[in-house]
Amino acid sequence: MATLTERSGLAVSGAGLDVERIRADFPILGIHPRGRPLVYLDSAATSQKPRQVIEALTRYYEEENGNIHRGVHYLSELATIKYDETREAVRRFINAESVNEVVFTRNTTEGINLVASSYGQKFVKAGDEIVVSQMEHHSNIVPWQLMAERTGAVLRAVPVTDIGELDMNAFESMLGPKTRLVALTWVSNSLGTVNPVKRIVELAHARGIPVLLDGAQAAPHIPIDVQSIGCDFLAFSGHKMLGPTGVGVLYARGDWFIRLPPYQGGGDMIETVTIEKTTYAKAPSKFEAGTPAIGPVVAFRAAIEYLESVGLDAIHRHEMALLEEATARVSALRGIRLIGTAPGKAGVLSFTMDGVHPHDIATILDQSGIAIRAGHHCTQPLMARFGCGATARASFYLYNTMDEVSALVAGLERVREVFA
Amino acid sequence: MDLGALYEEVILDHNRSPRNWGEIPGAHHIDGRNPLCGDHISLSVQVDGDVITDVKFTGEGCAISKASASMMTQSIKGKTRSEAEALFEGFHNLVTGHGANPPDKSLGSLRAFAGVARFPTRVKCATMAWHALKEATGFGVQASGTEGV
Repeated sequence: MATLTERSGLAVSGAGLDVERIRADFPILGIHPRGRPLVYLDSAATSQKPRQVIEALTRYYEEENGNIHRGVHYLSELATIKYDETREAVRRFINAESVNEVVFTRNTTEGINLVASSYGQKFVKAGDEIVVSQMEHHSNIVPWQLMAERTGAVLRAVPVTDIGELDMNAFESMLGPKTRLVALTWVSNSLGTVNPVKRIVELAHARGIPVLLDGAQAAPHIPIDVQSIGCDFLAFSGHKMLGPTGVGVLYARGDWFIRLPPYQGGGDMIETVTIEKTTYAKAPSKFEAGTPAIGPVVAFRAAIEYLESVGLDAIHRHEMALLEEATARVSALRGIRLIGTAPGKAGVLSFTMDGVHPHDIATILDQSGIAIRAGHHCTQPLMARFGCGATARASFYLYNTMDEVSALVAGLERVREVFA
Repeated sequence: MDLGALYEEVILDHNRSPRNWGEIPGAHHIDGRNPLCGDHISLSVQVDGDVITDVKFTGEGCAISKASASMMTQSIKGKTRSEAEALFEGFHNLVTGHGANPPDKSLGSLRAFAGVARFPTRVKCATMAWHALKEATGFGVQASGTEGV
């Protein structure tokens, strides 16, 4: 079989990515919102999709659609094979030991809810503590609050420093005999901060505490080796890494999926059912009740292979070049305050502008076809920490260019003119 | 691109210098929120019989929400509940593009918000203060489906 690189003609030059050839793979980058070429700087919210993914999704529905794990006919067998091939692709992508450690969810949020529910039910009691941080997305706060309400557990939050890093001393001091789980983000969606996850896992494991990592903003940008990191759980979403919406991954190390009780009941997750009692299927099926998003899961494999063919290291270098340029030029504008200035951060530029609310910035940029995110980014505790209700956020990915950084800067100058 | 249609000079002016900014001690307080973006308004309303005698606000939000709150306070002070309700109905129609064209003169300076109708994602910003007022005074205009959450 031809590699994706050969099929798509992707090329990586010595100097970096061949961005023009990559862009040619993304049909949506050719649209003209508001009559202007699209400048898409909101990949941290969701990434755009290459035609390889779109074609895989179309091909699935035109040639491969059947329900999985239940039919004996050609299409059911084919869909089952395709579905499980993606599971193997995910295993390889994060270097999990076994495909049985990989469960498909709808998204990162569902993965975290699964752990909060199943782990909480079996391992958490009143007075126990769950450690999160001030920089978590609401999806890594609210599921634990719901679990705490059910169990009587207490939520503790690691504070964030002025430059947007976790206070590691505070983190260490929070780990105690009552700590049942650490649930932290790998990369902050609002700040771009890349947390020292390996150190976090070491510190927690030294005290026998399991660790869940929210990998939603890490998986699209950072090479992942779960065996090296050592985390117990890792949740991430397909749609932020070139895949379709509706597909997420929950990785659980070793026998966690055997030890945890089921999350949802239904078809596909059982062994035998009588009215009196049900025995459950083995993982991963045990945690995949009902018909999943088969088509999107199948197409997600094309996204993983696309990222692998370009190379996450090359993508990372490209994003760092864009971030460096954008940071220098945006911070040189009058009245700009950068939120999140940790060294080694990911390709996220979060900022406020004196006298102009982020929504007004985003609306004015949108009139020039420039898409950024404005708001609290589902991180209200973090916004409160930095004393701002909202920020404007530009986020970069493999298909962004230096010209788009220039468009952002020109757009921000225009915001200044309107709000002069 | 016609940003002027959204950011009229009078809107920018009220954003820079919001009128009736503050709290009225002892008055009825209502907090309005836009959960989508985190913007909020704290509205104090003094009602004497059926007349809104005083109104002030504080809060945090975009230029549209702040200017809308500021201009709302000016336009409803001294009005009866039903007059304020009629104003909201006219304003609501204006910002959702369902109003008369050109806009009804009875809306006065609120007509500056006509441009919002072309920015559907910003309708909620323009109406947040009015929804808070509705709660504070108990008059009833239903939010339309186009305003989102």
